[in-house]
Formats: sequence, structure tokens, C-alpha cells
Amino acid sequence: MSDSGSAQAGGALAQPPPEMGGAWIRRQELGQRLLGRAFLYLALAVLTIVLVAPLVWMVSASFKPEGFVFEYPPRLIAEQIQWWNYVDAWNQFPFWRSLRNTMTIVIGVEAGRLLSASLTAYVFARLRFPGRNALFLLVLSTMMIPYHVVLIPQYLLFRNLGWLDSFRPLIVPHFFGGGAFFIFLLRQFFMTIPRDYDDAARIDGAGTFAILWRIILPMSKPALATVAIFTFMAEWNDFLAPLIYLNSQEKYTLAIAIRQWQQVAVWGAGAYVPPTWNAIMAMATVLTIPPVVLFFFTQRYFIQGVVISGIKG
Amino acid sequence: MFWKRDLTLQARETLDAYIGLLPFLLGFVIFTAGPLIYSFYLSFTRYDILSAPRWSGFENYARMASGDETLWQSLRVTVIYTMVAVPVQVIVGYAMALLLNLKVKGLSFWRTAFYMPAVVPAMAVAYVFSWMLQSDVGLLNQSLRAIGLPGPKWFGDPNWVLAAFILMSAWAVGGTLLLYLSALQGVPTELYDASKVDGANAWRRFLNVTLPMTSPVIFFVFLTGMIGTFQVFTVAFVTTNGGPGEASLFYLLYLYRTGWEYLQMGYAAAMAWLLFVILLVITLLSLRISRTTVFYEGAQE
Repeated sequence: MSDSGSAQAGGALAQPPPEMGGAWIRRQELGQRLLGRAFLYLALAVLTIVLVAPLVWMVSASFKPEGFVFEYPPRLIAEQIQWWNYVDAWNQFPFWRSLRNTMTIVIGVEAGRLLSASLTAYVFARLRFPGRNALFLLVLSTMMIPYHVVLIPQYLLFRNLGWLDSFRPLIVPHFFGGGAFFIFLLRQFFMTIPRDYDDAARIDGAGTFAILWRIILPMSKPALATVAIFTFMAEWNDFLAPLIYLNSQEKYTLAIAIRQWQQVAVWGAGAYVPPTWNAIMAMATVLTIPPVVLFFFTQRYFIQGVVISGIKG
Repeated sequence: MFWKRDLTLQARETLDAYIGLLPFLLGFVIFTAGPLIYSFYLSFTRYDILSAPRWSGFENYARMASGDETLWQSLRVTVIYTMVAVPVQVIVGYAMALLLNLKVKGLSFWRTAFYMPAVVPAMAVAYVFSWMLQSDVGLLNQSLRAIGLPGPKWFGDPNWVLAAFILMSAWAVGGTLLLYLSALQGVPTELYDASKVDGANAWRRFLNVTLPMTSPVIFFVFLTGMIGTFQVFTVAFVTTNGGPGEASLFYLLYLYRTGWEYLQMGYAAAMAWLLFVILLVITLLSLRISRTTVFYEGAQE
């Protein structure tokens, strides 16, 4: 395995092709290969344009005056750049409050998941105890249970606790295990840390959980970052759960508040005034920027997430 | 803690383990197992939240089997969408990864561009596409008209609305890219070399080496894709809310309506269980099929 890995690393230097007789054949082959490469890059470029275009148009429209949103042929940059579409939009609904609500939930879930998933993962990665394999199987099997099957009873449970219209239903469950996928991911990472570190700490008198806190967690920053980033993406995008649990406008997350604003009316105006497309695109841009920027700067953690969880067999 | 010192090392480790697992175990009982059982019970009741659930036997399931046209419509919508969107995800995503695996220059640039749509929030995707796919003035239809093609009404036409949803999911197909790429890069080069020595051309090498060696990941993308498409909610809720008529009434949308708009929690619980069973059957069936079609390295005993 290891030598194939090094061959892979050196793979950029392609092996010289076997000798092919005359120079004419070689030149023909070279021509074909160049043509193939040209087609390859053309295909990649076309794909990239198709995939990025909707985002570019979204941003472009968010800066256009209202009458120019549907002009054809479309212009990337309108004659007039109307940046106050953004200000207009977030004056029409409690933008900052909604953003703060979303961030409160994100931070709560991050705290719960990082603490609880790493504790659970640590037990499975390091401790030997009767029932370990069966319990780990139980953890993995919870991945199979779709969220909507437990949605109704969970809703009723939180209703009985009087937690509706608060952030608690959206945060508290994450303190209890943190989700099977993240437990699995962290366990895989913890198992790559040599046990010698644990033993050294144990000789110094550290207990089981002190080892997790002082040795394992500080050495697992990349894996914890992966969990934190995936969590941010999931919570920032979450829609169904906040829709169900949050009823009053003061509690709305950004996504729910934007939806409400787009659908119902301009708050306080009294009459139905649907927002214009340029304003909607401005809010779509605002929703899109944090995850995309985060993705740009943390790509290696995404890739690592795939590698650690090692979905192969 | 004198009592802890008296324990043997193994007993102490076991104690620590269960202390550490306590949050997970509690969470499992309170938020997963308990609700799972309770929703099964609810599926045999009438429950409007305001008064206590009343036992109604198989009424909900009988209603599903015979009376409820809307339920069948929502299943039909979801299945049609799944049958097109998932193969697109599996095949187009794989083709993209194959292109990027051809030792291209600037790999990280292309990878970023291809993957980016997958991190755009569903809400934003819904807004951007409902703007671009406007029937008269939308960017896509104006472009189609410019080259002389009549554009469909997309979200406004019951025959085309699912096509619009499939377009949206195809746009985010790059989400599968990282999985595929890591699988493709994991194929041992010796296998290609051996295949070359045997005189296989590029196509045969693909069929005999690349495809079997990456089949576990293709299978994984297929399975998680299916589970995902059965649970479409946000984009449908934001763009069409099931319309026009019931032409895009995805299953979860109907479940949400039944539970939270019509306050029929018992029936909604039965619907949730039906979907659970469907997903379970799909998973078990595909696992069975995968035993003969998917190649797991080091698994032949």
C-alpha cells in the first residue's frame, strides 16, 4: 500500500511511453494527445461556466436596479450599481436579530456536538469494555434512522417540556452524543494517535478523561475543525426544524426570516408589497456568502473529512 | 475516592467507559429509540395535538392504502424525481471526477469550481432558480428563445415542474466529487500497469480496473443519494410549495402539511413510518444487490 502511495505522489511525472518505432508515429501520437488535452480543458471550462454562472448572476442581479433584473441580453454589471438593494432588504425585516438567532443556534450546536461527539468517540477509540462492539454498532445504526421519523414525537416531547418557540429543541439534543457520523469520524481520527501519549500521561497520573482533554483533543484539531465546519454548514442551512420549532418573529433564524419576508409582505407596511427580485437576490447572496467563503478557506478539511471517514468498505 | 481504587483495572476502565457513554445512551433513549417507538404507537391513533391521542387501530394505514389520492401523488412525485435525479448524481458526478483524475493542471481550481454549488444553501438555490427559470422573462427561457426554442413554463407547468427540480439537483452534482476523487486516487497503480502489460486499451482498463475498484463509492453515492431525494423539503417548500396543483408535492412536504397544518399527527406518524420502511427496504435491497455487483478489496474469503 505504502509504495503505491509514493508512486501516486510521483505520478505527475508520467512514465515515458514505450518506444513506438518511427518518428512519424510518435508525432502523430503527440498530435492526438494534444488534441485530447485541448478537448479535456474545453470540457472543464464549459462545465465550470455552467456551474458558476447561476451564482455570478445572483450576485450581479443583487446590485441591479429593479427594471434591469430581467433585461436581455443580460449584462453582468448594470449601468448603475445599486448596492442599497441590500440596505433596503434588511431594513424591511429584522435582519440583524435573525442573524444573531442563527449564530446563537450554530454556536450552541457546535459546543454540544464537539464536546459530546468527542467524548463518545474517545470511549470507543480507547477504552476496552464489555459490550463495546454491540454499542458501536448501535451508534452506526442510528445513521439509518431518518430524521423525520422521530420528528413528530420529538416535537411532542419538546411541547410537553414547554420548549416550543425557543432554541432549546434545536440545541440541547446535540449535547447527547452529537450524531453518529461525527462520532464515527472522530473515532477514526483518535485511533490514529499513538497510544504511547496516553501511557505517558497515565504514568504522570492523568485519569481517563484528563487524557482526552489534555492529550487527545489538542492533537485532534484538524478533525475537530472538520466537525465544526460540517456542523456550521448544516445548521446555517437548516430549515425544517427551525420552521417547526420557532413561532414568533423574534426567534426566527435568518433563513426562516428571509422566507417570511419574501412570502408574506413588508413588515409594518400593512399592505402586501412583495419584495423585488433584486432584493431577494441580495438576501440569497447574503445567505450564500458565509458557507461559500468558509468552503474556500477550509477545503482541506472537507477533503480530510472524506479521507478520515474512509468510505471504502 | 477509595472505592474506585479498590476496583480492578478492567472494572475501572469499564466504569469510565459507561460514564463517558452516558450522554450518548441517554440521547439514544430520549431522542431516538423512545420517539421511534412512540411514533409507531401514534401511527395507530387519531391525534390533533389539542386533545389526547385516541386509538384508531389500522385506520391510518387503511386510509393510506385506499382513500388518500394525495399520498399516492406525493409518492409518485418523489419516486419520479428520485429515479432521474439519483442516476444523474451518480453518473455525472463520476464523469466529472474521471475528467479531473486525468492528471489535469490546476486540479484544486477545477475541484473548487465543481464542488461550490453543493455548499450553497438550499434556500438560495431555490431563489436563484425560481428567478432564472421564470417562464417569460427568465434568463434561461430568454436564451432559449434567442436560439429559436420555445422554453417551457418550468415551475408553472405541472409537466415541467419536476424537470426544474431535477435541474436544481443536477447543478449541485459536484457534492459527490470529493468522494469519487479520493476513491479514484486510491486505485493502486500496479493494477493499471498489469493491465497495460496484458495489452488492455484505455476503455478496457476503465472497465476492468477503475470501475470495479471504485464500485463501493459509486454504491455509497447511489444509496445516500436515494435517501436524500426521498427527503427533499426546503427547495420544494420555498419554490412551489407543492404546486402547480399537486405536481411537485414531495413526500416530506405532504407530511409536514398533514402534521403541522392539518394537525393530523397520527396520520403523519403513519406516513413517517411508511417512508422509514420504504427507505429500509431500498437499503436492504441495494445491500443485497451490492453483494454481487460491488467489489470490496480484501473481502473475498
